[in-house]
Amino acid sequence: MKANYGYKDGSGDFFITVDTDLCSGCGACASACPAGLLVVGEDENDPLNDNPVCAVRNERRRGIRYACAACKPLRNRLALPCETACKRDAITHEW
Amino acid sequence: MPGKPEFWRWPESRWRNPEIDWTKGGVITCGIDVGSISTECVIMIDGELYSYGSVRTGSGSSDSAVKAFHKAALHTGLTPENIDFTVGTGYGRVNVPFGNRAITEIACHARGANWMYGPRVRTVLDMGGQDCKVIKIDEKGKVIAFLMNDKCAAGTGRGMEVFADLLLIPVQEVGETSLKVEEDPPPVNSTCVVFAKSEATKLLRAGWTKEKVLAAYCSSMAQRVVSLIERIGVEEDFAVTGGIAKNRGVVKRVTKKLGIEACDTKWHDEKYASKGFPFDTQIAGAAGAALFAKTLAEKEGRTNEGKLRI
Repeated sequence: MKANYGYKDGSGDFFITVDTDLCSGCGACASACPAGLLVVGEDENDPLNDNPVCAVRNERRRGIRYACAACKPLRNRLALPCETACKRDAITHEW
Repeated sequence: MPGKPEFWRWPESRWRNPEIDWTKGGVITCGIDVGSISTECVIMIDGELYSYGSVRTGSGSSDSAVKAFHKAALHTGLTPENIDFTVGTGYGRVNVPFGNRAITEIACHARGANWMYGPRVRTVLDMGGQDCKVIKIDEKGKVIAFLMNDKCAAGTGRGMEVFADLLLIPVQEVGETSLKVEEDPPPVNSTCVVFAKSEATKLLRAGWTKEKVLAAYCSSMAQRVVSLIERIGVEEDFAVTGGIAKNRGVVKRVTKKLGIEACDTKWHDEKYASKGFPFDTQIAGAAGAALFAKTLAEKEGRTNEGKLRI
């Protein structure tokens, strides 16, 4: 499942996509995220799946533009820690 | 204020299947969808629709869940103790007092749309009271991809209520009224309901008719929703659930912009269609929850256990 967490508002579109079919639930992205945005737990959108998957923390989904800003400077942007940490390319940012 | 009509107030409803007698046995499951604006409760016996109730969500999620249950169970003698498994869903899902499990509305709407509209549905648009979700599903109703926007009221049912109140038109008539224009006017602001409302007041002052203003609002809402759908991609069949599915003014404009048809709002199940069971798009989430409740009850072996039959 391609889970899109985030929002669209007057200032633009901000979504983090987690491909739960690729995610192994290892938690490397969660430890790599300096903002502590990610969490590994049960797949809340597929109640019949028993494997843990990564998700954006529920209470922080409406603020990801600001939480991720530190990793997204306008100049000299490095690879994102969460995307780099994931060995299966399960996590992608869309902005 | 007594006597003052409130145009945003949509009617509450309930329905019961006259052919089923719950005391005869079977797994009794219940799905309660506590939304931001409305709360629905669906009761199923062995996966067959038994009854439903739809009420307005008050200030307390748990009170609303209880109210919806009693609406669905009215004159049936059912009490929460009779239910084998209850699944809560929606915005207030964790507050259902007798809930055994909480499941997200994304999973429940996917399953509910699959059950109501049939296995050919691939894209579900759920337009709720305070959010809008686009869900892609497979033939079993399992979620393949989803996208949800709940940060802003543009493109939601609450926005429609605001406009119904502004133009003094009952909210359930907004869709038809907005279609009474020869040509769609340019849409109003689609990023914010508050700005859209002030823009609409300006248009009314400029002499626009109510129909024209509503047409402008419905098409701005459609534009907003279409931009979300296009992010994730649309695949036929396309089904719309939630309260806004009843607003033809929005649904018609959405499908026109997408260039595809939406599924007819009728039962996929011939048995239900031929008997004329009401097809209420608002119960999709609660129905999905009741279906999950059945699966989970069977999985956890909770059927016919702890049941207090009269």
